[in-house]
Amino acid sequence: MKPAPFAYAKARSLDEAIALLGEHKDARLLAGGQSLIATLNMRLSSPSLLIDINGVGGCDGIALKAGMVEIGALTRHAAAERSETVARHAPLIAKAMPHIGHVAIRNRGTIGGSIAFADPAAELPACLLALGGEVEALGPKGKRTIKADDLFKGLFETALGPQDVLTAIRVPAADKNARYGFAEFARRHGDYAIVGLAAGARAEGKALTDVRLAFFGVGATPLRAKKSEAALAKGDVEAAVAALDVEPQDDVQATGAVKKHLAGVLLRRVARQLMEPRA
Amino acid sequence: MKISDDSPPVLTALDRPNSYIGRSVPRPNLHRLTQGRGQYVSDVTLPRMAHVAYVRSPHAHAEIKSIATNAAKKAPGVIAVVTGAELAKVMTPWVGVLTHLKGLKSAPQYPIAVERACWQGEAVCAIVARTRAQAEDAAELIDIAYRPLPAVTDAETALDAATPTIHASLGDNLCFERKLEVGAPDKAFAEADAVVETTFVFGRHTGVTTEPRAVVADWNEGERRLTVYQATQAPHMMQNLFAKHLDLAEHQVRVLTKDVGGSFGIKVHTYADEMATVALSKLLKRPVKFVADRIESFVTDIHARDHRIKAKIGVNKDGSIAAFEIDDLTGIGPYSVYPRTSGIEANQVVNLIGGPYTCGNYRARARVVFQNKNVMCQYRAVGHPIAVAVTEGLVELAAAKIGMDPLEIRRRNLIADEAYPYTSAAGLKFEKLSHHESLAHLDSLMNYAALRAEQKKLREKGVYRGLGFASFIEVTNPSAAFYGVGGARISSQDGATVKLDAQGALIVASGVSEQGQGAESVIAQCVASAFGIGIDRVRVTMGDTDNTPYGGGTWASRAAGIGGEAAWQAGKALRANVLAVAASVLQAKPEALDIRSGVVVDAANGAERLPLEELARIVYFRPDTLPAGIQPELIATRHYVPRAWPFAFTNGVQASYLEVDPDTGFVKLLKHWCVEDCGTIINPQLVDEQIRGGVVQGIGAALFEQCLYDERGQMLNGNMADYLVPMAAEMPDIECGHVVSPTADSELGAKGAGEAGTAGAPACVMNAINDALRPLGAQPLTDMPFTPGKILRALGKV
Amino acid sequence: MTAQSLDISLTVNGDAVSDRVEARKTLVDFLREDLALTGSHVGCEHGVCGACTVRVDGEIVRGCLMLAVQCDGATVQTIEGLSDSGELADLQAAFEQRNALQCGYCTPGMLAAAQDLLRKGGVPSRDAIREHISGNYCRCTGYHAIVDAIEAVAQERTKVRAGDKP
Repeated sequence: MKPAPFAYAKARSLDEAIALLGEHKDARLLAGGQSLIATLNMRLSSPSLLIDINGVGGCDGIALKAGMVEIGALTRHAAAERSETVARHAPLIAKAMPHIGHVAIRNRGTIGGSIAFADPAAELPACLLALGGEVEALGPKGKRTIKADDLFKGLFETALGPQDVLTAIRVPAADKNARYGFAEFARRHGDYAIVGLAAGARAEGKALTDVRLAFFGVGATPLRAKKSEAALAKGDVEAAVAALDVEPQDDVQATGAVKKHLAGVLLRRVARQLMEPRA
Repeated sequence: MKISDDSPPVLTALDRPNSYIGRSVPRPNLHRLTQGRGQYVSDVTLPRMAHVAYVRSPHAHAEIKSIATNAAKKAPGVIAVVTGAELAKVMTPWVGVLTHLKGLKSAPQYPIAVERACWQGEAVCAIVARTRAQAEDAAELIDIAYRPLPAVTDAETALDAATPTIHASLGDNLCFERKLEVGAPDKAFAEADAVVETTFVFGRHTGVTTEPRAVVADWNEGERRLTVYQATQAPHMMQNLFAKHLDLAEHQVRVLTKDVGGSFGIKVHTYADEMATVALSKLLKRPVKFVADRIESFVTDIHARDHRIKAKIGVNKDGSIAAFEIDDLTGIGPYSVYPRTSGIEANQVVNLIGGPYTCGNYRARARVVFQNKNVMCQYRAVGHPIAVAVTEGLVELAAAKIGMDPLEIRRRNLIADEAYPYTSAAGLKFEKLSHHESLAHLDSLMNYAALRAEQKKLREKGVYRGLGFASFIEVTNPSAAFYGVGGARISSQDGATVKLDAQGALIVASGVSEQGQGAESVIAQCVASAFGIGIDRVRVTMGDTDNTPYGGGTWASRAAGIGGEAAWQAGKALRANVLAVAASVLQAKPEALDIRSGVVVDAANGAERLPLEELARIVYFRPDTLPAGIQPELIATRHYVPRAWPFAFTNGVQASYLEVDPDTGFVKLLKHWCVEDCGTIINPQLVDEQIRGGVVQGIGAALFEQCLYDERGQMLNGNMADYLVPMAAEMPDIECGHVVSPTADSELGAKGAGEAGTAGAPACVMNAINDALRPLGAQPLTDMPFTPGKILRALGKV
Repeated sequence: MTAQSLDISLTVNGDAVSDRVEARKTLVDFLREDLALTGSHVGCEHGVCGACTVRVDGEIVRGCLMLAVQCDGATVQTIEGLSDSGELADLQAAFEQRNALQCGYCTPGMLAAAQDLLRKGGVPSRDAIREHISGNYCRCTGYHAIVDAIEAVAQERTKVRAGDKP
């Protein structure tokens, strides 16, 4: 289908974007557009105004700052995929990147867009949760930081307000004791996962601490399986699987029961990754 | 004539110098396609062309009480808003029945629904505007009052007394029923050493052609002529139907088909929204364009293969198959699709079960029932994927039951290669098939023994790989037995006209058409070989009812066998005409001359006598220099229709090697093989590529594709993210082999090859999965598509 | 400053183009309808099939998931331009030789994806090729011949770069 008519404005600054969001209650921000334009093409949504923030400078850098990897919200997926800094200091994100859609999508889609859109079957929101990261948002009242655990509220819903613009994400830079694991099951390469797991932990000698298991595709948001985290910290993988308390719904790809089973399989596989020392 | 060993071999008609028959020549029309300079219907723009968008019923079944159009009519860019009742005055409805499917019944279908919508997605109102976007904007202003009606969405209960009848005039929801009994199946089952019984389910799926359906209709009031640019497989058939339903003479209608972005049977049918578009052009006296978008394609392109088959095989300890029995229930849409009918697939299933085997005891029942879902009709390999999966599934289950190797059980039951001509239990007449030779070829091509050994070793390590097979027969080159005898104006003959142009090149017009399989190239190869010219000097036109001989188009794998033969004969006929002129010019006998590489030569030694350019110059510009009495004719038309056999059956065998992850239920396809026999191969590369494309389509059916409906008749996954088509990363490499058993019904001896891949692939993937999981004690899987969830459930893990 | 239609200026296949477009018009529709560059095809409008893949500012993108107005100031290359410049000549020849296209509808997008992979250099494995074109839907070929064609071109280009005689 063709989109319903809308007006378009190219924001020259974040402040301008925020002001426009304030003036037009049903305006949408246009960053990568890879999700937004698809929904407009299906007339699933008809905003009156698109505010294009692609031209706003200073939002697309990747840098190591005070022990955190900071990725500007307008960083294209492809740039993050190519980034040395991400590969070395945020290897979980590097591992997830090739699973996001396909090359043509990654050339336009943005890190910030993926986080803000918060598709429950998407990789990056789960990675952010698994790393205990945070996002920086700018709104009419200024800047604020939202921790990953507080960010994802519901289906396609985050703690970002209607006039907020997500400006950056930050994740702790991986050190030699950081462990990560990632796996997902999708019927075809590049599809949204049926179910996936992004995991982070710290290794203290042989034991794991600070285990964070962020499942995606199992609920309205990425979900931490906290009981399983506790069991895994004790080193008991089978107990972690038994304690898995995700309750996914049926959908067109799989039943909830199948997804739950697959989540258990993922947990075993990712647990092995977490327990291996980093190369 | 007996040929003794020391005589030179007799040349057949195909043994021409520089013949293209059997050569992999690149297709001449590929340059424009790789440059992005093809012409698909959606590329066509005409002066004053308007665009139509259809408002579609959100209900599976509903009475249309009122349609308020005033707001829409005033929207920017809108030219007209037209309802079903208004369009019914311009175009008559149609009924999808043919007399040879006894008892087949269906209700009249209108271009736009009148009074009642019968499936979710059926068009209920047309908006014509200057742009598609404006038409869609106006569509949102249409206000339709529906009274929802109970929807029939379960084929199993469609015939129950308590289920509402969709069309009261028909009395019930039965479209068609066929029963067949041959031999003594009850006795055979009773006496068999073992009986295996199971239920096969085939998920409804659809074509998802990369180019969606599109049509540009141009009614010219001054000429009183309709030109339709349509991505159709059968231009002459559509010419007839447009004329019939608009009350025009056929000569007032021209159908033009240039590049088609894939069809596979999807674009051989008559669609209400395309017919409506044509009627709108006549009503509005200007060109109107309709391009289905992907969302509407999912709910309007024909669906296919929605079958539930209870099946039984009787087998003896020595491997001989005692009997087959099936009970097939298929749920179509609310109308039998026009003009080919929606009874053909079930009819094929009944005909094809057990086809490769000698077993003479068979009972079948097939029932086709109406539902309030999208319409269903013929899609690549019509009925074969189902019949082959049922037959080959039963054969491998039987083999497992008696502990026999799956290739061995086939060897003991396949019709002997020397047994032909042969009539199957279901009454199919086979001229010559090569099941055993094909199986032997497959065995060595894939190195079966080595793969079995590898499978065994890996099982010990907890890796579960499976090998599955499918022997099959395939209907090609159909005669009038397929449709014509039932009253359909669908041509089973075909024609080609070949003319020599003023520079000595050949211009060919053919009645078959191209959708990517390479029909254009095959026709060129046949003409070039028969005539004696380089293929670079042959130009083929197709897809124009004004300028090609009357033909049937391309479907049921008929382009090479039927279209190619007509082209071959036309090439020969023109060669004779040219040699008659050349002989008179050269004062020679025509039989002493030949045409090779575009030059008239002495047949005995190839000495060049007269280039074609020179002959053309003389004929067209200097006929004053020709001997007295000669009237040269540098054009020839020949038609061809298969006369000896109702269908040219082909055969083949496929194998799938795959690995199942028992923890996840995911299947990894490792490799696929197909050995097939399509008679004389005109272009080996094109045959291989048809096989490969067909195999992947079959893999889609086995693993990925299903149109999911809820109980209210709403399609749940009608988009490219949720309906899974095969993409490159999950597909295996596919190796092809060939056996050649030409048909004697034509000089070329070519049968068809387009559908064999799709016919066998689902069966062998299913068999391979079951082979992989057998040691784990899983219930055999027979419900396609084989999703991870189904495999996990069969393993008892969920 | 918000508007329903805007003036845009961009370069398409080396030509300077200026036009007034509705904000809602996608890049692929703009190319096809306003510039009559019909080589880029529309297959789904949800970014999944890849038939609309074109190059914008040197990177392949989905023409159905970008708006024409976003391309103000951009450099766009469609199949027509990539073809006429000769950049795809060896890929096109290989595709034609191996019948790695049948109906041709997915081909412009497929060639763009193939070229994107081969620009990186080296000879990717068949699996890597399959992964790279996994976002381009082909219903006709079953992908085998396409993988063969891309693999063959990669080998040829590597030979040429290494200075070997072809």
